[in-house]
Amino acid sequence: MSTAANPAPGVGVPAARDRRRDRRRSLDRLGDVLLYGVCALAALIAVAVLIGLAYLIVHGASPAISKFGLGFLTSTEWQPSFSVFGAGTVLFGTAVSSFFALLLGAPIAIAIGLYLSLLAPKGLRIVISPLVEMLAAIPSVILGFWGLIVLAPFVQKHIEPWLHNNFGFIPLFGPPQTTGSSVFTASLILTIMIVPIIASISRDLFLAVPRDVQDGASALGATRWEVVRGVVLPSTFSGVVAASILGLGRALGEAIAVAQVIGAGEKINVSLFETGDTLAARIANQFPGAITAMHKASLYYLGVILLVISLVANLCAQWIGKRFDYQRAVAK
Amino acid sequence: MSAEVPPAFDPAAPLTPTGNLRRRRAFSRFAEWAATGAAIFAVGVLAIVVLGVIGHGASALSLDFLLKGEPNGIGPALLGTAEIVAIATLIAAPIGILIALFLSEFGAGRFARIIKLTLDLMNGLPSIVIGVFVFILIVEAQETQSGFAGSVALAIIMLPIVARGTMEILALVPSSLREAADALGVSRWRTTLTVILPSALGGILTSTVLAVARAAGETAPLLLLSSVYDGGRASLNPFEALPNIPTTIYRLAESPSPGALSEAWGAGFILLSFIMVTSVTARIVLARSREKTAR
Repeated sequence: MSTAANPAPGVGVPAARDRRRDRRRSLDRLGDVLLYGVCALAALIAVAVLIGLAYLIVHGASPAISKFGLGFLTSTEWQPSFSVFGAGTVLFGTAVSSFFALLLGAPIAIAIGLYLSLLAPKGLRIVISPLVEMLAAIPSVILGFWGLIVLAPFVQKHIEPWLHNNFGFIPLFGPPQTTGSSVFTASLILTIMIVPIIASISRDLFLAVPRDVQDGASALGATRWEVVRGVVLPSTFSGVVAASILGLGRALGEAIAVAQVIGAGEKINVSLFETGDTLAARIANQFPGAITAMHKASLYYLGVILLVISLVANLCAQWIGKRFDYQRAVAK
Repeated sequence: MSAEVPPAFDPAAPLTPTGNLRRRRAFSRFAEWAATGAAIFAVGVLAIVVLGVIGHGASALSLDFLLKGEPNGIGPALLGTAEIVAIATLIAAPIGILIALFLSEFGAGRFARIIKLTLDLMNGLPSIVIGVFVFILIVEAQETQSGFAGSVALAIIMLPIVARGTMEILALVPSSLREAADALGVSRWRTTLTVILPSALGGILTSTVLAVARAAGETAPLLLLSSVYDGGRASLNPFEALPNIPTTIYRLAESPSPGALSEAWGAGFILLSFIMVTSVTARIVLARSREKTAR
């Protein structure tokens, strides 16, 4: 641009210099366009993958969708040998196992977030924070294997009898079964999986609460808990809800670890200590053995339901979390 | 708000906690203990799982176990997992980095928002759904499972992680670098390729390593895409079903024989230590290269 504005005497022949400059300019323009094009192409690939994914799965499920319609969602019959399929049982199992995982996991995770952001001394915080995140790095197949071999027998021998003896009047806590593979064990494994997710997001949320507002509450005589209850939690509420929904989405979609410990039950049971099955676990369990076209299409249909649930959960979390992002942007 | 009249302030009253204040303090202390207990619980669970895997798995390890094929070794599965993850990285890393460049250098407006949303949604997809997608896309079309199909699925899982990590690093590149390049009349693409990318390179590499650590343990897609294989034979051809560690663990875990269980623990030990070591190292390096980039 400006290199040729004031031609210094004795620098090259003017014509050659102009040519060089022109070449460089057109090269630059070409490079800019090329780099933009390649980057935009990569971005388009991501969008295309997501759209293609939704299209192909819905397309694959279309035989089952047209045969069973929306009744698929409520029918509890799943008999591959008679080509009769319904998602009622697995929808129930998915909802129950994820709900209890969230019920157990969210308070623990929020408490961890509070500990790491407000209570822990700095030296401990930089040790414990990564350890909690490490929990999320354990592959689900290892967690499920550990759950099957170590956790399930322990739960079956100690926790389930205790809950049954003391709270047996609640139908949820029926008599323990023989193996320990149960909806309850699956919920515990899911709890372990979602705690680190919710904990690390809520820690970041709590760390972003302005210090002077908390100090103000303390100066007015609030105890530490009252500062949390009155200032920290209300100002981050939407973010915490969004984090919990993200954790819930993770629990709803987990296939392997759940398939290992839930016992692949075929019935809806009120008791948590009976076996059950979830959307994702059913796909993982039956996909390799699905031979008839309708069986496969029905498994794809389960995939469609799972896809819709995960998209809705993520969009919800985005939408609720947006308010928080805005606040954080202002706070910084 | 309320009609209650606050009690009149008595300056002569002694400054000791009344019953109510004592109760509030006790509750606050209880809440502190509960939060501390929750943190101890999480660390305890991590320790129990990791120590359990080490305790059961370490005894299964031997050179033969690592090198030989089934029935008594996981050599081919180790090789297969390495191939699948390597190909997945070759697919996901360039695309992820380019997306991050697009969002940080050119991105603004509606298209960029759509891309960001796409990445978030992709990150939230259950891995089994990705497996089903790639099954229809590749395995059904070719009528055979393949390690390559597994790589494509893992690449879809890695893509948002790489893109997000790279974007965070690129955001740390000081704007003074860009401005200096602009002031010298350097064109956009030269600035991007010769100034911005090199200064963010360390961070980009480590976020790719983090994505590798995440993908190496993914089981659900591989169960659909590369699970029917001969575990005794090592293969370098990614267009056939490759033996791999996650499906090996999954299969052996269901087996009733104690020998198979001990092998599953051994394979789990190898996988877990690889993932722990890489992600801990990557995190430490990432923290350091963040500081370096921002300087």
